[in-house]
Amino acid sequence: MAKGIRDKVAVLGMGCSKFGERWDMDASDLMVEAYTEALADAGIETKQIDAAWLATAIEEQHVGKSAVPLAVALRLPYIPVTRVENYCASGTEAFRGAVYAVASGAADIALALGVEKLKDTGYGGLPQRGRGTLNNMTWPNLSAPGSFAQLAAAYRAKHGSAPEDLKQAMAHISVKSHDNGARNPKAHLRNRITIDTVLNAPMVAEPLGLYDCCGVSDGAACAIVTTPDIARGLGKRDLIAVKALQLAVSNGLEAQHNSWDGSYLATTRVAAKRAYQEAGIDKPRDEISLIEVHDCFSVTELVTMEDLYISPEGAAIRDVLDGFYDADGTVPCQIDGGLKCFGHPIGASGLRMIYEMYLQMQGRAGERQRKELPRIGLTHNVGGFPHQNVCAISIIGSHGP
Amino acid sequence: MTIGILASGAYIPRLRLARRAIADTHSWLNPALKGQGKGERAMCNWDEDPVTMAVEAARDAMTGRDRTAITGLRFASTTFPFLDRLNSGIVAAALDLPEDASSLDIAATQRAATSALAAAFAGPGETLVVAAEQRRAKGASPVELASGDGAAAVVVGDGEPIARLLANATHTTDFVDHYRTIGSGYDYQWEERWIRDAGYLRIVPPVIARCLAKAGLQPADVKYFCMPVTLPKVANAVAKAAGIADAAVQDNLHAVCGDTGAAHPLVMLIAALEKAGPGDRILVAGFGQGVDALLFEATDRIADQPARLGVTGHLARRREETNYAKFLAFNDTMEIERGMRAEVDKQTPLSAMWRNRETVTSLIGGSCKVCGTLQFPKSRFCVNPNCNALDSQEPHSFADKIGRINSFTADRLTYSPSPPACYGMIQFDDGGRWMMDFTDIDADQLAVGQSMRMMFRIKDIDTQRGFRRYFWKAAPATSPAGSV
Repeated sequence: MAKGIRDKVAVLGMGCSKFGERWDMDASDLMVEAYTEALADAGIETKQIDAAWLATAIEEQHVGKSAVPLAVALRLPYIPVTRVENYCASGTEAFRGAVYAVASGAADIALALGVEKLKDTGYGGLPQRGRGTLNNMTWPNLSAPGSFAQLAAAYRAKHGSAPEDLKQAMAHISVKSHDNGARNPKAHLRNRITIDTVLNAPMVAEPLGLYDCCGVSDGAACAIVTTPDIARGLGKRDLIAVKALQLAVSNGLEAQHNSWDGSYLATTRVAAKRAYQEAGIDKPRDEISLIEVHDCFSVTELVTMEDLYISPEGAAIRDVLDGFYDADGTVPCQIDGGLKCFGHPIGASGLRMIYEMYLQMQGRAGERQRKELPRIGLTHNVGGFPHQNVCAISIIGSHGP
Repeated sequence: MTIGILASGAYIPRLRLARRAIADTHSWLNPALKGQGKGERAMCNWDEDPVTMAVEAARDAMTGRDRTAITGLRFASTTFPFLDRLNSGIVAAALDLPEDASSLDIAATQRAATSALAAAFAGPGETLVVAAEQRRAKGASPVELASGDGAAAVVVGDGEPIARLLANATHTTDFVDHYRTIGSGYDYQWEERWIRDAGYLRIVPPVIARCLAKAGLQPADVKYFCMPVTLPKVANAVAKAAGIADAAVQDNLHAVCGDTGAAHPLVMLIAALEKAGPGDRILVAGFGQGVDALLFEATDRIADQPARLGVTGHLARRREETNYAKFLAFNDTMEIERGMRAEVDKQTPLSAMWRNRETVTSLIGGSCKVCGTLQFPKSRFCVNPNCNALDSQEPHSFADKIGRINSFTADRLTYSPSPPACYGMIQFDDGGRWMMDFTDIDADQLAVGQSMRMMFRIKDIDTQRGFRRYFWKAAPATSPAGSV
């Protein structure tokens, strides 16, 4: 295996807009909101940035194609700017581009910014777009909840879980994320809910009810990265560094080959193993102090606890109900509210997860700050469908061994 | 070897609209409807049409038969979805029939199917004759109450037939009991008493007499008389005029199915074949601007067909529908708000459809010559992670396989003409799987492991351009005994 990215790149500054229904904001406004925070945090000027990456997934809904919208919004001085799209994992893709540029020495300071302006569709939920000419002819007209809901059917069948037990654990996940979101001023959904609210909500896609689904939000998030040496030269101490960045992309096996049973994300398991190796983690359940996962739906979060090898296979329901992943639990998951409540502006989500790690590790997370500063955090960013997807995992931590 | 009907099959859609639902809605307008709200009529699901029904009836008829033996396909209907695109060409592709088989669409009369059947006996080779009908009707119209959607198919050729054609006779005259034009869209019908007296009773009996005379038989030799008429007692009156015993008059399936239009003579013929014994004679008449009469005799192989659903089995595969508004919505005879998610462009790139016709229309995947893995769709590299061989796959049909539900959902967010949209991963025991739409299933029937069969259905309707595209969906597997 290649040597990897561990400790080669440090986070110099980060920013994140408020997420939500930003009726008065264009995508460019959201970009500027996240960027100005990051720039001030980094303590640099725009002209010091050597290269930039823009993540948007549903660009036809707002900025259109190419990297030009980022360059224009921030008046970037004719530097290399690249637009990336990889379903809902686009934000981590932008981060990967910037980090790799710095690690290679091609750039001293690089910018990654993800943005999505979703609330111009005229209806709730994610906008529906074409999936490619041939796919349109053979795929079901599947929605995001409809595709992820299927994890529940396969998980129940594999583990013999009672539907009520699974529903109960899923409800616990959503209630926990609403509690966390209520303590986050930038979160889209800040209301606390009860288990009964979740269980009695209207059905969206069996067995996912309304409160099993994440918010569809406008927002932007941004990271400025550099080498540890440059960061220190700029006066930064207690550096937060990248320990691992891994991406696994389905090659059609889950969709076409009977070796996948439908109850987990094959990509997550592959990416997690590679990320742990890259970061030098042997016992993720003991070594990781904080996780932000792609909780697009409650059931996704549940199976991800096993796919990341933190809960043993078949034991996620128990761990969730035991409060293992609660804000005051052993390994908090979605301490910022997650996609569920912080919100899910697609291109921004992967960077928003890293933003939370960065704040928590510096003790800057306000009311939701974990008492003992987390040392190793993992973000998990998935795009697509359980049977065909892109999974990006990053591990962030204090610089050095 | 003898020329005759080598096999038979039928298809009646699973949904049956209770006529009471129609009558209750419209009796404010026409109080006479109150007395007509009895029984039920077959109705297409939103994703069915004459093409999809024809495919199902043909598959039923072809049970256990070699499709490569078919040399001709004749498709009869007055409700073809396409005016200028060979509808039988779609059916042939879905059935994966040999491309050198001839195909003909036969239209424009309620006796299209009997004329097609008679012609099949005159020609060489093995001909698949299929008929299907789905008539749109104005609310509260006689056609809406009397008709039903359905299809039937027979294979005619040289072999060991289940029935032989003893004789046939025909008669053409421009008697217009009803008509429909492209512009009118709906049937326009003249007075029923006139149709009975000047139509059926005047035109049909002489042709029956001619047919029987050709065969050297008497009216009393007819055991089953299949005369599709929706007007009450008219078939009995025709039988009486022709000298045929009243007991021979076959049920027109009004109570359980309705009149399937151009398909109905074949539907009634197949229902009769399903109960006939060796030597029984069956007289079938098709009426429409004249009449066709065909006289069959069941052979001693009548009971030897491999098990199939036929008319009886499909009638048993039934789900009652009491929501008349759903019937109107499925037939697009009521303008309803379908929501913004329905606005997504459904244009079909015809060039891409053609290039991928084996995948999309024929449900042909691949079988890897190197590792044996079955997969759908066929691709350049094998999907088996331990193989990944290049260009190693031979075409392999999945259309007649039984799959199992591996995962599922009932989706109320996405647009579906009949929500919730049920779909999931279908896995075939011997290899291959695909995330696909389910049809003819209720959300409470969904279960991991449930056996599903493939059915050719409408995938999407492009309302902007008047096109409809077809693909295969998974429906609960039904045993030939009719139990789900």
